[in-house]
Amino acid sequence: MHADKLFAITLGVVLLVIAPGVSGLAFDTGNPATPPRDQWSATELGVLASLRLSQLPPTPLDPSNAFEDSPAAVDLGRRLFHDTRLSQNQAVSCASCHDAKKQFQDGLPVGKGVGTGARCTMPIVGSGHSPWLFWDGRKDSLWAQALGPLEDAAEHAGNRTRYAQHLQTHYRPAYEKAFGPMPALPATPLDASPTGTPAERTAWKAMDVGTQQNVNRMFANLGKAIAAFEKTLTHGETRFDQYVEGMVRGDHGAQRLLSPQEVDGLRVFIGKGQCVTCHNGPLFTDQSFHNTGVPPRDAGKPDHGRSAAISKVQSDEFNCLGPFSDAKASQCQELRFLTTDDPSLVGAFKTPSLRGVALRSPNMHAGQFASLEEVIAHYVRAPAAVVGHTELAHGAPGHTERKPIRLSEQEIKALVAFLGSLSGPVLEGAARK
Amino acid sequence: MHRLFASIFSLVVVLLTAACAAPVDLDLALTHPTLEKKFVVTLQPPATPAAINQIHSWRIQVASPTGMPITRARIAVDGGMPQHGHGLPTRPQATQELFDGTYLLEGMKFSMTGWWEIKLAIQSAEGSDTVTFNTVVAAPVVAR
Repeated sequence: MHADKLFAITLGVVLLVIAPGVSGLAFDTGNPATPPRDQWSATELGVLASLRLSQLPPTPLDPSNAFEDSPAAVDLGRRLFHDTRLSQNQAVSCASCHDAKKQFQDGLPVGKGVGTGARCTMPIVGSGHSPWLFWDGRKDSLWAQALGPLEDAAEHAGNRTRYAQHLQTHYRPAYEKAFGPMPALPATPLDASPTGTPAERTAWKAMDVGTQQNVNRMFANLGKAIAAFEKTLTHGETRFDQYVEGMVRGDHGAQRLLSPQEVDGLRVFIGKGQCVTCHNGPLFTDQSFHNTGVPPRDAGKPDHGRSAAISKVQSDEFNCLGPFSDAKASQCQELRFLTTDDPSLVGAFKTPSLRGVALRSPNMHAGQFASLEEVIAHYVRAPAAVVGHTELAHGAPGHTERKPIRLSEQEIKALVAFLGSLSGPVLEGAARK
Repeated sequence: MHRLFASIFSLVVVLLTAACAAPVDLDLALTHPTLEKKFVVTLQPPATPAAINQIHSWRIQVASPTGMPITRARIAVDGGMPQHGHGLPTRPQATQELFDGTYLLEGMKFSMTGWWEIKLAIQSAEGSDTVTFNTVVAAPVVAR
């Protein structure tokens, strides 16, 4: 672009940004005698506009899953997601913890499958936008994530060989429609896995390499089908989205969509509460990992979070660079440029989306806080971290990082009220946008 | 004209991100001498700013104080958000020398708006030195 033209455009942008602030006409239309209830500066409106659902880009294609757009894989994935036979006790399916009636979550502090897990069940809607899955990001795709709980002793507690045989017995036509001919498997039922119990590991070692690879391929495809289904779950519009759309359009009528208290909370959210620092974008998450000093659920078992997950994702045979990925190595950029040794990753956990958060208490990575009031009180209190160092400021003299979060009781209540405006429907069956 | 454009661009960036409270006197110059003045380094961001959380590439030009390209340098990249106490969400790497003294910086990603530091440690036959750049990632402008 010619420099003069660029200059003119840039100047235009400057004026666009300055003008509304100077004139005070942030979204003033309609009767000038009745000024709008909610005044937002151009900068504030820019932040609000960036949080709208309409600004969510299409879910990125996962180059490691060539089947995610296949209707046959979606159908198979939906059935597998609800199949309780994919567990040791024949009672646990993905849907047991990811309950469609509860925003695909379970409302419990920590997941309960065959046993009791160490962390809170994560919401799965919109997770196709996350480069890293789980609270610690130990998986780098939705399909690789889906495989984790299936072999976790506290969750489904099964093993990949039994699952492959289950596909062979109960899903052959659907599987072959999605993935092509099913490979040969051991004829007799077998519990075998390289990550299972000692007996399962011994049985795995006794299998020939070709059979191991067939089992692994079918296990990977099982995950790819579940991921294909999960990618059809999307967020519907909330009152907050409709309010901001109205504000951006200059439609005063949209103000009634949020109560004055909710608007107060929204101001705290994008202002002194500093929430939007990490809870940014249309999904209200930066998709990154932070230590905010949330106390471990069990003080005797501190959880190192992200720092302990790095080697797991690097060595995962189901990662983007692994033999079951459909991606070229050059497409695995997140894994290629993975941060491995940043001290701020110690005790860090993923920023969760806040869409539907008011419907999902208890909160935090191990359900440490029963309510959103408790969560916000934690950010105000900003205790030292048990593991690593918190990013939150304590307000101690000489602290040069971020400013402490100081909120009144009234502001905390307003913030909680605002978070309620982020509840909306989960849409199932929508095509990948 | 380029300098004028650069300063107006900086002004836009500062205006758009005033709410994020990056220091107003932040030096956003894209050309800097290194700490011990051994090199002059120019960072070249993509022509269109990358979206938040989108992995993208920059270019790094390394020259001597007299403007001669510094070839076959090894460049280590670090950085983060000084106001938040966290590092970069990725580990960017100077993966190749595109032409004399110009290196491809791959794996850049910003996970949020605000003030970010990009720190380069340069090693070459001419010596070793470091340089820190500031960049402010702005929220997109709202079209109304």
